[in-house]
Amino acid sequence: MNEITESRKPPLATTGILGWLRMNLFSNWINSLISLFVLYVLIQFIPWILNWTIFAADFKYNFNGAEITDRTMCSRVLDPENGGACWAIIYVRFYQFMYGFYPRDEVWRVNLSYIMLAVAVVPLLFDKFPFRKHFLKFTYVFPVIAFFLLNGGLGLESVSTNKWGGLLVTLVLGCTGIALAFPLGIVLALGRRSNLPVISMMCTLFIEFIRGVPLITLLFFGMVMLPLFLPEGVNMDGLARVLVAVTLFQSAYMAEVIRGGLQAIPQGQYEAARSIGLSYWQMNMKVVLPQAIRISIPSIVNTSIGLFKDTTLVIIVGLLDLLGIGRGALADTTWLGLAYEVYFFVSLVFFIFTFAMSRYSLYLEKKLKTGINMGAD
Amino acid sequence: MKKLLSILAVSVFAFAANAGTLDDVKNRGFLKCGVTTGLAGFAAPDDSGEWAGLDADMCRAVAVAVFGDRSKVEFITTTGKSRFPTLASGEIDMLARNTTWTISRDVNLGFEFVGVNFYDGQGFMVPSALGVSSAKELDGATVCIQTGTTTELNLADFFRLNGISYEALPIETNDEGKENLFAGRCDVYTTDASGLSSTRAAAADPSKWVVLPEIISKEPLGPLVRHGDHQWGDVVRWSLNAMIIAEELGITSENVDAQLSSNVPEVLRLLGAEGSYGEMLELAPDWAYQIIKQIGNYSESYEANVGPDTPLEIARGLNALWTQGGILYAPPFR
Repeated sequence: MNEITESRKPPLATTGILGWLRMNLFSNWINSLISLFVLYVLIQFIPWILNWTIFAADFKYNFNGAEITDRTMCSRVLDPENGGACWAIIYVRFYQFMYGFYPRDEVWRVNLSYIMLAVAVVPLLFDKFPFRKHFLKFTYVFPVIAFFLLNGGLGLESVSTNKWGGLLVTLVLGCTGIALAFPLGIVLALGRRSNLPVISMMCTLFIEFIRGVPLITLLFFGMVMLPLFLPEGVNMDGLARVLVAVTLFQSAYMAEVIRGGLQAIPQGQYEAARSIGLSYWQMNMKVVLPQAIRISIPSIVNTSIGLFKDTTLVIIVGLLDLLGIGRGALADTTWLGLAYEVYFFVSLVFFIFTFAMSRYSLYLEKKLKTGINMGAD
Repeated sequence: MKKLLSILAVSVFAFAANAGTLDDVKNRGFLKCGVTTGLAGFAAPDDSGEWAGLDADMCRAVAVAVFGDRSKVEFITTTGKSRFPTLASGEIDMLARNTTWTISRDVNLGFEFVGVNFYDGQGFMVPSALGVSSAKELDGATVCIQTGTTTELNLADFFRLNGISYEALPIETNDEGKENLFAGRCDVYTTDASGLSSTRAAAADPSKWVVLPEIISKEPLGPLVRHGDHQWGDVVRWSLNAMIIAEELGITSENVDAQLSSNVPEVLRLLGAEGSYGEMLELAPDWAYQIIKQIGNYSESYEANVGPDTPLEIARGLNALWTQGGILYAPPFR
């Protein structure tokens, strides 16, 4: 007879939270020890961090309720035992951190550019975005609009790049560098693998030269040497010079990353593409590059994140990016000594951007199933 | 490399000299002045984004001399490394960036220092708990010192000269020195006295730290221009001198209007009521009056930016007038 026996539940210790804990944190005595140690550190550290950054911190007013206008009014200066972070320095200088010395009457132009940047980039990143095709048309013209909007011209008052600063400079450098370096990198990567010796040699030379020198050297070259070679009176804009250096640097790295992807494509893919009569460009655009770029995604994002953080080096040539503005704030006698707050804020902003980039890369990898059954699916 | 740079610089500023920086500035409508990316008391953006400090005032004074308007200046941030090429290439008209006047910079790099707006020098800072009143008592101390700088050599010289020993704790940046000193990893921190003052001001309790009286090196800081354009050099030089002379004569931004009816001849000459000194410089007759009115005399600028009432608390010391125990001295205005 067939009696339906109720299936037995798995042992309690392997399911639910308990199971998860046992599987992941306490699977053997070394893991248990490490888990307990980490837990102890977190318990010690997290309440202190939360207390310092939020609960005991001053935002606009100190513990007496007075509005903070200089460091001597910060709770942590008045009462070093109990006072937390003094975020007033960020609050008071938030404009500078975001826009640098951009004229306040014209700042709507920066804000508009930020909004348009979102409109241009989000449809590019997510292929299920409604009306994506129409939005992408806007993405192509966005750089031109942003240039005139930020820089002036076409009836708008000109704002010299000396007045740009803070997050604006960081984003301009990061976005332009990444956006321009990608196509340049593809061209360089294809060029390096080209059968034509002149092209391949030139590309190799360029890539190896740029990769052989640190970014600081290139920035110095752009900032310091270039003006000496230009005729008197011809002054290339400072930010533009740095942009050129950053883009060249990034494109060399991007080229090597993409070349890595190209190497991984089996020879059969090329031969198959050729045999059905595709031209060189058709082969690359339709068969090789889509696969090569797909496997390079983690590395592409990696170098992009690296570049985004490297933009802080521009302080060495005298441009005040987010970090530079922070250091300027620390040099103001009103706020001397609030270094922790400033560096915490700057690192938080950088973390938000780089973390978003790395999460997007993960999403993309999952969607495209990178690395699984390459060449077979 | 250095030679090549100098040659390039020379050939570039030869052009600049022909063009005439003063005319360039007037045609452009504003002054381009090189400052630091931020140094407490000398040049740093304030909360509203305005540059403030002793060097920033120097830039503004020149802008006022040329245009009669303190806002007609664009501040270009430069670093220790980029400042000279930026000036040589003509990207800025003058540099006011706490730059030490040395023979090689004046002669070999092809610049012209037009004066000194701050006499600095290397000093020592110790915890007041150490109970030391002179650097000569520092035998056996651990000293935080930036490597690869002239301060390192000055320090070695000073201790050898006084027959005392020290242990060096090498650091890279000012921030690092600050942290090491505050954490007690070194007994002494040595760098320029103005830097020590800002380090002290940043401490949780500044009264726990003292800057020792010994100054062991000369660091005259001043504005500079490109070599060869004497007319422009004169404008910058006399903008600085006008502020110093105004202090000598007791003219301040408050009383400058009343001083117009003074009976002291030099006051009248300075304020443009007599003589044609503005014309000689190709400036407006009241250029110095405007500097004093809009910026103030040297003392006012000093007190507002680095003086004893600011967090930096730098006493006048060497920077007092020659009549008051310092060495600040401007040639006569006649």
